[in-house]
Amino acid sequence: MANVTVTINGLAVSVPAGTTILEAANKVNIHIPTLCYCPDVGGGEPNKPASCRLCLVEATGIRGPRAILVPACATPIERDGIVVSTNSLRAMKSRRTVLELLLSDHSGNCLTCAKNGECELQKLAQEFGIREVSYQGVQNDFPTDTSTAIMRDLNKCVMCRRCETVCNKVQTVGALTGNGRGFAAKVGTASMIPLADTSCTFCGQCVNVCPVGAITGVSYVKKVWSAICDPSKTVIVQTAPAVRVAVGQEFGFKAGEAVTGKLVAGLKALGFDKVFDTDFSADLTIMEEGTELVNRVKEGKNLPILTSCCPGWINFLEHHYPDLLDIPSSCKSPQQMFGAVAKTYYAQKIGVDPKDLIVVSIMPCQAKKYEAGRPEFEHDGVKDVDYVVTTRELVRMFREGGINLANLEDAEFDNPLGESTGAAVIFGVTGGVLEAALRSVYWMLNGKNLEGDAINFRAVRGLDGVKEAKVDVAPGVSVNVAVCSGLGNARKVLDMVREDRNRFQAIEIMACPGGCINGGGQPYINGDRKAALAARMEGIYAEDAGKEKRLSHENADVKKLYEEFLGEPGSEKAHHLLHTHYCSNARD
Amino acid sequence: MCEKCISSAAAEKFAELDAFIAGLNLDMSSDRRRGSLIQILHKAQHIFGYLPREVQKHVAQKLAIPEAAVSGVVSFYNYFTTKPKGKYVVDVCLGTACYVKGAEGVLREIERVLGVQADTDPTPDGLFSVSALRCVGACGLAPVMMVNGKVYGKVTPAKAVEIIKEYQQKG
Repeated sequence: MANVTVTINGLAVSVPAGTTILEAANKVNIHIPTLCYCPDVGGGEPNKPASCRLCLVEATGIRGPRAILVPACATPIERDGIVVSTNSLRAMKSRRTVLELLLSDHSGNCLTCAKNGECELQKLAQEFGIREVSYQGVQNDFPTDTSTAIMRDLNKCVMCRRCETVCNKVQTVGALTGNGRGFAAKVGTASMIPLADTSCTFCGQCVNVCPVGAITGVSYVKKVWSAICDPSKTVIVQTAPAVRVAVGQEFGFKAGEAVTGKLVAGLKALGFDKVFDTDFSADLTIMEEGTELVNRVKEGKNLPILTSCCPGWINFLEHHYPDLLDIPSSCKSPQQMFGAVAKTYYAQKIGVDPKDLIVVSIMPCQAKKYEAGRPEFEHDGVKDVDYVVTTRELVRMFREGGINLANLEDAEFDNPLGESTGAAVIFGVTGGVLEAALRSVYWMLNGKNLEGDAINFRAVRGLDGVKEAKVDVAPGVSVNVAVCSGLGNARKVLDMVREDRNRFQAIEIMACPGGCINGGGQPYINGDRKAALAARMEGIYAEDAGKEKRLSHENADVKKLYEEFLGEPGSEKAHHLLHTHYCSNARD
Repeated sequence: MCEKCISSAAAEKFAELDAFIAGLNLDMSSDRRRGSLIQILHKAQHIFGYLPREVQKHVAQKLAIPEAAVSGVVSFYNYFTTKPKGKYVVDVCLGTACYVKGAEGVLREIERVLGVQADTDPTPDGLFSVSALRCVGACGLAPVMMVNGKVYGKVTPAKAVEIIKEYQQKG
């Protein structure tokens, strides 16, 4: 495309025709405030409805020689000679008016807002130096909509529509829509029913992109503090693979750096009795799911097998693909396997009544909160997993507890539910579960391990939304596999499965684009989402590469669990404890 | 929706709507099918009198789009209503011309006589529902009210009551 030259604040900038004023200004480090605009709400999808008008700049040459106000995010530079001023008095006054109008209709309880300190509207008010709001008027009084995982406070909504874009375009879930018009306009659900009654999967991608406190996770932190401080309870914690490469950014570590040892030390400092690893049950998952995969391929039944670690994806399946309920692996997710093993095997081992054993999960995810509350994961009033805390919420617990990870010495996970292999840590990124399974399936079929670099299944790595590969698992035996992340991509792959059941034999699906590293409970990514996720992904693979053991079937404590308690993978006891079933929950 | 649960009258209405949608020959593989949503909702409201959630859900299923997408459109346009209307729909114009000619007094008197608020539920006997709307393009006759689309011009509160009584007698 031909280049055009635009003048921004007196600076000549050459850009391809069609570049927006905002992009051109960014190129020369001229900052224009934005609110609704988001270059990547997920999977590279931008949100730029130009609805907030906070990026108004003054420009001549857009429509004739007169200087007009235009939204920088949505105004393309199509020809030479356009002159833009981002900081003329008129532009600044207009933006200030827009911001004050937004604030005049905004619930002003910043101090008690879950987004306090991380709110983009608050940050703008600070940048603009707003000291009073010149406009007073009616404020909306919408009821709060809450569920077991996500809550929405529409009185804080700025109608940026980011949540709608990610829900509809990226995830193709379609739970959210603009509702009403004028002053009563809001982001709603079908007929404004509670989110819990819609086809929402609780993936939490809307939470990740909401610039304000209108969509947040439901917090169980207070209950966790109470449990920790209750002497009659033994409180153990498990931490998911993707948490360790994201939590560090909040304490000054490099983006994506794995801070596993510090995280363990921090959790111990919070007062948990034992600090365990969801990676342990990820290895366990591989033993069960790998066995299931081998059996199904041998029998040619219920193929392709779909991974079942991700509760957001399972919700999507139950809402939208009730005809495919027979093909996901029947394995519980690693979180739930951990809970089930902790409340039986571990409770017995330490001689504690399961009623007095509290299992807390640190998860990168909102849907895990919903999953932990599913009725099939509760027996005689004892839940497999009692409370789920997201990475973000854990950061707040650390801050409240006066703990700075940067000041801690590395610590080791406790035993026996703390041992893990490199195959488990890669569960945290798209492609990882399948790669881990393939590593062990090879061993199951051949009686020997993959050697050298063959352990790295690079074809299923990377942040691409859909990956397909043909993989040799034994001499003369290959399987066609697919890996997808983001529910829009899952839809594409599932539609292929509906058309041709024989196209793939194994498919990994993660609800969030990029996998758990981009989960709905991870620290907010401000700026380049793709680069931040790439850094977290590298952190995960570095952790895997650095592990002494990288094959799930070599996890000594998992082996011991089978010897002492479960029997063998796929045994009746294993099925009873570690497997589940799915139900149609079609809502659209 | 379960066939047993709906009366045959409702089933007939759904069948009529389905026949209309079938007649549109939509290409279900194309995103352009969404463009027919308003047309279908129009027809649905004509058939059912209003657009309750079951009807919105049905339309969503027929178009293979999220229910929320249907609900969003229904909520945006004043024309669409999710509440049942009375047998007689009384519209009072509150456009500028009617307003200055005293339309608000007309509306309040109708509300008082019927004991209902405009733009809410119909009268308990299901006979009347009242709504306020903007200009109907008959400003020369201001203030204007309509009953099931029939226009009455230069109404006064007293005249409005007489008109209502007429319909009450018809039943």
